[in-house]
Amino acid sequence: MTKQVQELDHVIIRFAGDSGDGMQLTGDRFTQETAVFGNDLSTLPNFPAEIRAPAGTLPGVSSFQLHFADHDILTPGDAPDVLVAMNPAALKANLKDLPRGADVIVNTDEFTKRNLTKVGYEASPLEDGSLEAYNVHAVPLTSLTVKALEDLDITRKDAERAKNMFALGLLSWLYGRPAEGTIAFLEAKFGRKPEIMKANLTAFHAGWNFGETTEAFSVRYEVKPASLRPGKYRNITGNTALAYGLIAAAQLAKLPLFLGSYPITPASDILHELAKHKKFGVRTFQAEDEIASVGAALGAAFGGSLPVTTTSGPGMALKAETVGLAVSVELPLIICDVQRAGPSTGMPTKTEQADLLMALFGRNGESPVPVVAAASPSDCFHAAIEAARIAVTYRTPVILLSDGYLANGSEPWLIPDVASLPDLSAQFAFATAAPADAGDGEFQPFRRDPVTLARPWAVPGTPGLEHRIGGIEKANGTGDISYDPDNHDLMVRTRQAKIDGIASSIPPLAVDDPTGDAKVLVLGWGSTYGSIGAAVRRARRAGHSVAQAHLRHLNPFPPDLGEVLRRYDKVLVPEINLGQLALLLRGRFLVDVISYNRVRGLPFRAAELAEAIEEVIAHA
Amino acid sequence: MLDKHDVPNGAGRLQSLTLVPRATGLAAKDFKSDQEVRWCPGCGDYAILAAFQSFLPELEVPRENVVVISGIGCAARLPYYVDTFGMHSIHGRAPAIATGLATTRPDLSVWVISGDGDALSIGGNHLIHALRRNVNIKILLFNNRIYGLTKGQYSPTSEQGKVTKSTPFGSLDQPFNPVSLALGAEATFVARSVDSDRKHLQSVLRAAADHAGAAFIEIFQNCPIFNDDAWAPIKEPNAPGLIRLVHGEPVRFGPDGSMGLTYGPHGVLTPVPADSVPASELVVHDVTREDPSYAFALSRLDNGDFAHTPIGVFRSVPRPSYDTLMADQIATARAGGEGDLASLLAGNDTWEVS
Repeated sequence: MTKQVQELDHVIIRFAGDSGDGMQLTGDRFTQETAVFGNDLSTLPNFPAEIRAPAGTLPGVSSFQLHFADHDILTPGDAPDVLVAMNPAALKANLKDLPRGADVIVNTDEFTKRNLTKVGYEASPLEDGSLEAYNVHAVPLTSLTVKALEDLDITRKDAERAKNMFALGLLSWLYGRPAEGTIAFLEAKFGRKPEIMKANLTAFHAGWNFGETTEAFSVRYEVKPASLRPGKYRNITGNTALAYGLIAAAQLAKLPLFLGSYPITPASDILHELAKHKKFGVRTFQAEDEIASVGAALGAAFGGSLPVTTTSGPGMALKAETVGLAVSVELPLIICDVQRAGPSTGMPTKTEQADLLMALFGRNGESPVPVVAAASPSDCFHAAIEAARIAVTYRTPVILLSDGYLANGSEPWLIPDVASLPDLSAQFAFATAAPADAGDGEFQPFRRDPVTLARPWAVPGTPGLEHRIGGIEKANGTGDISYDPDNHDLMVRTRQAKIDGIASSIPPLAVDDPTGDAKVLVLGWGSTYGSIGAAVRRARRAGHSVAQAHLRHLNPFPPDLGEVLRRYDKVLVPEINLGQLALLLRGRFLVDVISYNRVRGLPFRAAELAEAIEEVIAHA
Repeated sequence: MLDKHDVPNGAGRLQSLTLVPRATGLAAKDFKSDQEVRWCPGCGDYAILAAFQSFLPELEVPRENVVVISGIGCAARLPYYVDTFGMHSIHGRAPAIATGLATTRPDLSVWVISGDGDALSIGGNHLIHALRRNVNIKILLFNNRIYGLTKGQYSPTSEQGKVTKSTPFGSLDQPFNPVSLALGAEATFVARSVDSDRKHLQSVLRAAADHAGAAFIEIFQNCPIFNDDAWAPIKEPNAPGLIRLVHGEPVRFGPDGSMGLTYGPHGVLTPVPADSVPASELVVHDVTREDPSYAFALSRLDNGDFAHTPIGVFRSVPRPSYDTLMADQIATARAGGEGDLASLLAGNDTWEVS
């Protein structure tokens, strides 16, 4: 049967099912196929914090959204064109996000009276006409899968579990995805369980063939490859990119990498990734708690390692005292905060940008810390290298902000040429001896570099440099304990001046203002880069002039930020918090920026942001 | 019969640190920093500092390879007075910081200085985990049974009913027995000594230094300001309750060593007149027992009334240290070649866009 092929420029698919249905794996595989096919893509996994919430309930729904296109795209998409719903809960939880006319593929086997009742459906939505606005494809995914596997020597339960591969096969057929990668993946994953491997492969093929033969799908879709910059690509998540960035930074600095960490969602995958790479000499230490993990990292810094700790908001709260000690003893330390919805435990698997002020100010005393934020999943790589550059050059703790969306979201990444990465080893040297001009020849651990104001990094094992550091105020130069009032004032100002001085090493803010006549600037930071970019494009397509800029450095700001802000009549600052950057900008520059805030645990929708931009333009 | 070679005897080269060239000719004065020592007159910390400084040359480790790390408290000021590398860190966190240093720098001799509040209250978690992991650090707990730096509140080792500023009606808490706690955390080396007995303290420091892995030493230390004479009953010459543990020898104490120990029911140790039982039934001290129950039973002899207070090495058993195991994992992974950054970044699923 030859099917009609319809060409699309982009598609947004959401796979949704029970936490145990394997939706994240299904989404991952479809993403890999899509990446290899050459579309641009962006993903948004969305799952509950509970590992296995009660089956078939709304809290147990796990989903994976994928946006792919024949052109470059910036976000995982606002509203799915296609929803794959593995049970009534998945349908109910996601239906509100669907535009009219969307395709809905439902697993009818799960639409039993019991499952319907569990989520409050009195009648089956498949039969009561409530889905009339959608293009529903009713497919008995479970029974088709079980039937396809009836010749295999596996339990019915194992057969049913392969239904996600049936769904993947069907969707792969529907969008003409290459199957080789998934087949190789399944062969590798289940190599030691041949029957299970066979079951998954058979289910995948059965799904593909079902698409080809059934009349439930009359149209196949084609999304041509995107014309991305030439080069070698891979797909990458933010957490993996961040881990790779840290490994790269250690190599570039010629320092051993030490990670102290304690498991916490959504940061744990960085620990998992780094733990694999002992070949690079990476030492990973899963500590007894958040405090010990950052403490161990600081100890490793004293010994001359590139020290890292990774966490999320609640862990940041616990690490604060040690970060303060790092400020005081002036040793390098990279603190990665993969932000999640707070306060307190909040929503561990959902994204947010509300740790910014905590990163800047969440310590006792005058305790300035540089803050760097990643803008997209692959950008986590470069942000990590930048955090390391600042940490080793200025001998200071640096907070690197990522978030739940960047951590688990993925995008194609033009793999960087290693030779193009900065040589961090040129930015510092361990002290080897007291400088000849140091007066009495005594080593002075707080005698600073005149340019960077960094103190010597003098590691144990270096003869003649024995010295003591600590959290008590130190005399400028000698580092001896000092309670002298004027010395404290000097040290407070000097530590601040050192951090402020980092601005001179930061490039000017890049402003995207193609027409040059925009009166409105949209300024963001962190993971909103994609949503803001997509919204700005929409506004421009609607005929508006609007400028966009995005901050990588939140402390210190780029040196020309004030000047850029004053160039525009209005500055719109979208944030997934209640206006934390806006507060900083107002305080620092006396510019009356306009905040746009949604704190839903999800990235902004491009459409809502475009509306906000157009409204500001209308009043500019 | 125990083989004396099986146990660290403190004679000669530090066995737990073999990477750095031997440093001879150092003296106690080489380990004195130029900082004025600022403890209260009569503080037990002075004696411990002097014992530590005059012991350090015996390590035969260059000064630059010795690191002293402390938390917060009176004892925690000690690193400032020792002319090696040092860090005065955060209340309770010294074992964690020392873990990061020792794990990345096997060429360093890392000493942690702590107190009863620092190690057992705010830092209790780090203490037990450092001991369980067997990180190659030596933890000295100065126990004065009181908070000194905050001016006299009861501590986790204060006796129940202790009247202090924060407990005017007497404290309610059951105190920790630090040696029992360390043994419960499966520490591989556990010892106890006294600030005023320099010879004994140095012998214990020596044995701790020889031990490859985490060593825990409780040191009875007097705070003359807020808890004077807390250890007086066992500091008198020939204190009847003091039990000096010597590996390989029968445990004897009391007047003229007239008392010994026998095994009672349920593994408890029972003090008895030594001549009341056959010599074969008297306990011979053995620090090498793999099962910590014996050492634990020894620690339980001390129930707060100073009737039976053992000092010396309770336990010293070999177990690979955490830092060594981590270094081994890395060496194994790198045996087949070091990592290549370009291939790491590329991974296995790439595609070309032309």
